[in-house]
Amino acid sequence: MKAVRISDAPIEPASELAALAGLGGGALASFTGIVRNDGGVTAIELEHYPGMTEASLSSLIEAATARWSLLGAVITHRVGIVPVGGAVVVVGAASLHRAEALEATAFLIDRLKTEAPFWKREHYADGTAKWVDAKASDDARSDRWA
Amino acid sequence: MKLLYFASVREAIGLSSEEYDVPQDARTVGDLVAWISAGSQEHARALHDLSRLRFALDQEMVTGDALLGAAQELAIFPPVTGG
Repeated sequence: MKAVRISDAPIEPASELAALAGLGGGALASFTGIVRNDGGVTAIELEHYPGMTEASLSSLIEAATARWSLLGAVITHRVGIVPVGGAVVVVGAASLHRAEALEATAFLIDRLKTEAPFWKREHYADGTAKWVDAKASDDARSDRWA
Repeated sequence: MKLLYFASVREAIGLSSEEYDVPQDARTVGDLVAWISAGSQEHARALHDLSRLRFALDQEMVTGDALLGAAQELAIFPPVTGG
């Protein structure tokens, strides 16, 4: 079971992960990224590259299933405006035992952050907005899976 | 060739896409970006620093030395920040 979804409406982690729970495995690991109130941020706006985004996320899932023995994996990512407290991304992986699901989940979110064509812009209470810069620490986390 | 711009690059140029007839002597992504940069002040400002740009040729991430070949679409954007 492999699923990639781009949503311009709010996402609920539990419903994105529901299909992974019924695959007969003993482990379901997940990561949810949530917009935080970072120095007056009121919302994050996400832009993406339609077409390439879906292909990029699908190839990440293919790479994860080639590397770990998984029963399934899902990635759901928001686009558009997401207010503080809202979910930006949900990544999940199911496997027979926990190690594969946990490692695959970390791999998927680490690689997504450096490879998938999404761009974030922070919106502030005073009406200003600012593009978020890529972080070297994200590159380092992604590189450790090489 | 279809050019696509995203995020801060799109804003700096003021367009999300353009069509260009690629000159014969533009063999690589870097060649084409340098040629497009010369087109206007907005293009020059958005595209002058290759180290701050990333490229996708027909939706595959590539570096500036990639050959254009028969590709139909080049996207230019800043480093990605999803997740």
